[in-house]
Amino acid sequence: MMVRIFTALIAMMMTATLAVTSAGAQQGPLRIEITEGVIEPLPFATPNFVAENGNSAEMGAQLARVVAADLQGTGLFREIPASAYISNISDFGAAIQYPDWKAINAQALVTGAVTVSGNNLSVKFRLYDIFSGAELGDGLQFQGTTEGWRRMAHKVADAVYSRITGETGYFDSRVVFVSETGPKNKRKKRLAVMDYDGAGVKYLTDSSALVLAPRFSPTGDRVLYTSYETGFPRIYVLDVGSVQRRVLENTQGSMSFAPRFAPNGQTVVYSQATGSNTDIYTIDVSSGRSKRLTSAPSIETAPSFSPDGNRIVFESDRSGAQQLYIMPAGGGEAQRISFGQGRYGTPVWSPRGDLIAFTKQSKGRFHIGVMRVDGSEERLLTASFFDEGPTWSPNGRVIMFHRETQGASSRSTLYSVDITGRNLRPVRTPEGGSDPSWSPLQK
Amino acid sequence: MKLTTKMVLMVAAVSMAACTNADRFGADDGAGAFDPNASANAGIIAGSASDPTSTAYFQQAVGDRVLFEVDQSSLTAGGRTTLDGQATWLLTNADYTAIVEGHADEQGTREYNIALGNRRADAARSYLLSKGVPSLRLQIVSYGKERPIEICSEESCYSKNRRAVTVLAGGLTG
Repeated sequence: MMVRIFTALIAMMMTATLAVTSAGAQQGPLRIEITEGVIEPLPFATPNFVAENGNSAEMGAQLARVVAADLQGTGLFREIPASAYISNISDFGAAIQYPDWKAINAQALVTGAVTVSGNNLSVKFRLYDIFSGAELGDGLQFQGTTEGWRRMAHKVADAVYSRITGETGYFDSRVVFVSETGPKNKRKKRLAVMDYDGAGVKYLTDSSALVLAPRFSPTGDRVLYTSYETGFPRIYVLDVGSVQRRVLENTQGSMSFAPRFAPNGQTVVYSQATGSNTDIYTIDVSSGRSKRLTSAPSIETAPSFSPDGNRIVFESDRSGAQQLYIMPAGGGEAQRISFGQGRYGTPVWSPRGDLIAFTKQSKGRFHIGVMRVDGSEERLLTASFFDEGPTWSPNGRVIMFHRETQGASSRSTLYSVDITGRNLRPVRTPEGGSDPSWSPLQK
Repeated sequence: MKLTTKMVLMVAAVSMAACTNADRFGADDGAGAFDPNASANAGIIAGSASDPTSTAYFQQAVGDRVLFEVDQSSLTAGGRTTLDGQATWLLTNADYTAIVEGHADEQGTREYNIALGNRRADAARSYLLSKGVPSLRLQIVSYGKERPIEICSEESCYSKNRRAVTVLAGGLTG
């Protein structure tokens, strides 16, 4: 029942209609008010997870906070604070007092229980549809170490989110990005990785060499990036666990940049500048064998594979200004897909295969936008002095990018936005942040 | 260009002479005595901008950079003139190699700006090659928009950032 409400909600947001969801198949007073295209987020409660042994009360509270922040952070849910609770959850197995939760307008209730023993952590949760007066889906249990507590909270939130929206979640994921400090003319950059919500930042390189645009592999175990450590931009692959790196392309007289993995995790598509010209190539990560895919005298760069691996979207200035094109993954005739006024760059194919995100520059402003794969239904999601470099959440519903402010004291900040253009919010990083790349959902 | 060559030859000739010519350059009036720590050409300090074989001279007197219009990688007339001077200097001072760095202003996406900076560096290098500088002495690199000189977000700064800079390596006076 709740899934159908949310599917309707999201469909409405996508088409920005002003209709009110009909009460239709639901029972009771459950209703979503939509006025002027503003969606009312679904109110929910997440009491502290019940400590089922002595050491776990603080862990129970921390888990609930992360779950609540994940859900509220989507802009689709609104947490009802504990100060409003009439009932409390002190026994994970006890019956829910539905009228008490109904009375404070909680439509969804997430309860949990936690056991900590030594380094071992066990987390259980249940999700209740208050207005139906029943559990929604089965309770689940996660086992792991205390060190992985955040991931378990994210997995609970992913389960709740997916049961209510009908979509897969995206909270148990990481983002690799460039962490930067210093003024624009003396900027120091190094690679960093963190949980999608900004927790657990770990640095992968130092700032002794200029590093740019890291991208996760399809399984999240490696990162491709561009580094100037040889004095020239070259593409590298780095293993996230061991932090070992090696250069992938080192041709004298050429430069390489803008690498991305194919879905097979073996082929890397990238851009190579030789002489005056920049074209798209692929290279096999194991054999080092490379293949040239484009040969026009124009600039071809910023390639991105489709999730089925069959096609590549890229930017080219062959028409006189940067536009987006799609060609077969082995090279060949390219179809132009962008036709609006302005310049289009940094195209990235959604993991769902349905949309391409891009950076658009028009009339002195920068935008993050999306369009269908055939170029239709172009929508601009943001506008500012400078926005660049979209990356997709694992479920293709949220985009992260970076935004730079104007002028001498410019700073770069990561932001995320829903693909409906709603819920634009900064992602906090210890220093300035740019060039984010979102990992797949972790297993 | 011819004038420059004459200057270089004159200076070279003078540097061969004994330092008793110090007075001609107006330095050290009255001293006259041989000072092994002073340059043989008193008034021209080795490695400084007055030493025509130095990097400083190349940067300041010859001009180490050319600028570009927005989105353009074609050389302006002024750019070609500067590069003519660079070519002459490089042919005269044959123990230097150089790397031409191409740059873009911040008004664009990261990858495209690396490619555009590359075009600019290559345009300057190709011109120098056409003036006879051996290709083995010249490399190129692009920094895209990553290394601006000026940091305001206005055309007055952008125009200085859209550049190709010839950076020397090697030589006796660094």
